[in-house]
Amino acid sequence: MAVAAKTPRIERHTIAVLVDNEAGVLARVIGLFSGRGYNIESLTVAEVDHAAHTSRVTIVTSGTPEVIEQIEAQLRRLVPVHRVVNWTTSTPGIEREMALVKVSGSGDRRVEAMRIGEIFRAHVVDTTHTSFVFEITGAPFKIDQFIDLMRPLGLVDVSRTGVAAISRGPEAM
Amino acid sequence: MDKDGNALTGSREGAIELSGAEMVIRALKDQGVRHIFGYPGGAVLPIYDALFAAEGITHVLCRHEQGATHAAEGYARSTGKPGVVLVTSGPGATNAVTGLTDALMDSIPIVVLTGQVATHLIGTDAFQECDTVGITRACTKHNWLVKDVNDLARVLHEAFQIATTGRPGPVVVDIPKDVQFKKGPYIMPDSVRHRTYKPRTDPELGAVVRAIELMAAAKKPLFYTGGGIINSGPEASKLLRELVKLTGFPITSTLMGLGAYPASDPQWLGLVGMHGTYESNHAMHDCDLMICLGARFDDRVTGKIDLFSPKSKKIHLDIDAAQINKNVRVDVPIVADATKALKEMVHFWKTQRRKVDAAALKDWWKQIDAWREKKSLDFRNSGTIIKPQHAVDRLYALTRGRDVYITTEVGQHQMWAAQRFKFEEPNRWMTSGGLGTMGYGLPAAVGVQMAHPDSLVIDIAGEASVQMTMQEMSTAVQYDLPIKIFILNNEYMGMVRQWQQLLHGGRYSHSYSEALPDFVKLAEAFGCVGLRASKPDELDAKILEMIDVRRPVLFDCRVDQKENCYPMIPSGAAHNEMILSDAEDSAEVSDEGKMLV
Repeated sequence: MAVAAKTPRIERHTIAVLVDNEAGVLARVIGLFSGRGYNIESLTVAEVDHAAHTSRVTIVTSGTPEVIEQIEAQLRRLVPVHRVVNWTTSTPGIEREMALVKVSGSGDRRVEAMRIGEIFRAHVVDTTHTSFVFEITGAPFKIDQFIDLMRPLGLVDVSRTGVAAISRGPEAM
Repeated sequence: MDKDGNALTGSREGAIELSGAEMVIRALKDQGVRHIFGYPGGAVLPIYDALFAAEGITHVLCRHEQGATHAAEGYARSTGKPGVVLVTSGPGATNAVTGLTDALMDSIPIVVLTGQVATHLIGTDAFQECDTVGITRACTKHNWLVKDVNDLARVLHEAFQIATTGRPGPVVVDIPKDVQFKKGPYIMPDSVRHRTYKPRTDPELGAVVRAIELMAAAKKPLFYTGGGIINSGPEASKLLRELVKLTGFPITSTLMGLGAYPASDPQWLGLVGMHGTYESNHAMHDCDLMICLGARFDDRVTGKIDLFSPKSKKIHLDIDAAQINKNVRVDVPIVADATKALKEMVHFWKTQRRKVDAAALKDWWKQIDAWREKKSLDFRNSGTIIKPQHAVDRLYALTRGRDVYITTEVGQHQMWAAQRFKFEEPNRWMTSGGLGTMGYGLPAAVGVQMAHPDSLVIDIAGEASVQMTMQEMSTAVQYDLPIKIFILNNEYMGMVRQWQQLLHGGRYSHSYSEALPDFVKLAEAFGCVGLRASKPDELDAKILEMIDVRRPVLFDCRVDQKENCYPMIPSGAAHNEMILSDAEDSAEVSDEGKMLV
């Protein structure tokens, strides 16, 4: 009897990791993902409390629910990790990403790029006669949309920060 | 400071000033370390200089850093105390990687101190420089590069804490040479509190009660125990025995867990897994409740995962939360130290006056006895050629009444030892389980014998494995360690040959041990004793000679070249599809099965 293969359900999760800001801590987090074959869609890291010496890593990853559960458990095993929170399964989180988007062109294409930039509430942070650099902030899918629209208008370069996430309401992570 | 460097202690304010190298020695003493295994080199010379005058610490000079790490593992596993290794930078550190990975896979607490080039040379590709913390990040529980002597004492104490608590494992402290020379404040172990590392060891009582309820209701229960029981300490083994007796349930164990429960007891079913007994594996497959204590559903145990124990509810006790639901979904997870959890299980079983389903249990034992009738470890003995199983049986029989510790290399001989050598106590069996490191057993025996100088320490070996770390025989001779290297010499990498026979059409590609040394002459060259047995009728006398001589021995036991290790679950098969002998090996192995190692 042939058993139909179950297609694994792949989910996208945003996970925040509060770590001691010590040498090599980011390598531990990244090494865990590469060593165990987990995906990283985006990753941001910066110190969030200078006095307490803590940094916050925000990782967007994808996998089956079982893999996501393993990722959280494995992250908690790392010695310099204070806390791990999954914004996708626990408290509802807010996700934001910033991108710098460079568009080069002239004439109608340049006017159209400017017009779309206004619709998306992107700021122009640099301009020449033949180019703009837009600064855009929003949920990752909004930035994806903006970049798609800029592509035919002379998109030449993109730099994205990756996702930063925080919970709604009064509580800390 | 007094002449031993011992008397002065101080709080942080009155902290004594020591050089980094002196701090290392002092920290080792304050951590209760009596033996270290190491190899000197340029980047650890200051520490070796401090060691020169130190009293109370014995340094064992190994012949290769891999040997030093395995010796430390053997020491740790036979004592329950951390093994300590001291090696130099560059090749010293890279040679330690196999031992570190081995210790990580088997949860063995070892503290490896590595020298590093001076801080101002780091990153310049200096002589004997390597990125030790980068290389060992993936094969340690945690590691540190100490660039400031003011951090050194704290890091050394943290290293011991992290290696030995929670799920034990290897740690590396990488110490640049200039930090070894610089002076700084030394702080005592009890003044170190880790900011983030707080392993959970107490069980959630609700989970324990749910487990007890399932156990009382079970009709076909089975204890499946592992190395976690051993690692938790002798108290865990005692409590396990009590719980198994209270319930009357059958018990099986992984390779790592042997000795936690006495093999002579009638409730003991023997080893589980790929080369486990027929009764253990069938009980795993057919049970309705699996009580997994300190084991991790390794692929050598589960076989084909989607056919694994399909009818059972599963209780899983593990100190490492990441093991829960990793390979197999479980019904009742208990994240805790085994001793603490077992204590609660015994307590609740007694105070709640739980009773087993005696009628169902009787039927279950009847079924198990029927499986036992298969006598899956039986083999056809020979009057002319030494069968490897017979050699292990004789070794077992002739060492009764002695204080025996067994190490092994990796392969067929390891499985025969695990199947046939009956362990009654924990910490008596040292084998490379997770990583499967050929060359583990000989240096591990060195470490065991250092810790137990008057005991009988035997490495059950294969002729291929033992050549990987053979140079440690010199260590044994230097420190007068009468280890016995009992080589089941079949002139093949036996397990490779067996798989080539079963899966690759008998094409024995590069698995024959060509150009073997004469082990008896080799033993003599090392300055130890060489013995050889080629015929069954000389085996007993030679084994007794080996046991009686108080010197290291290489025993060349020439065994049947073609013997295969059975029973066996072929790759990609379920527990109830075991093959028991060569006669049954025609069982087709699927392509999917061949891909599994």
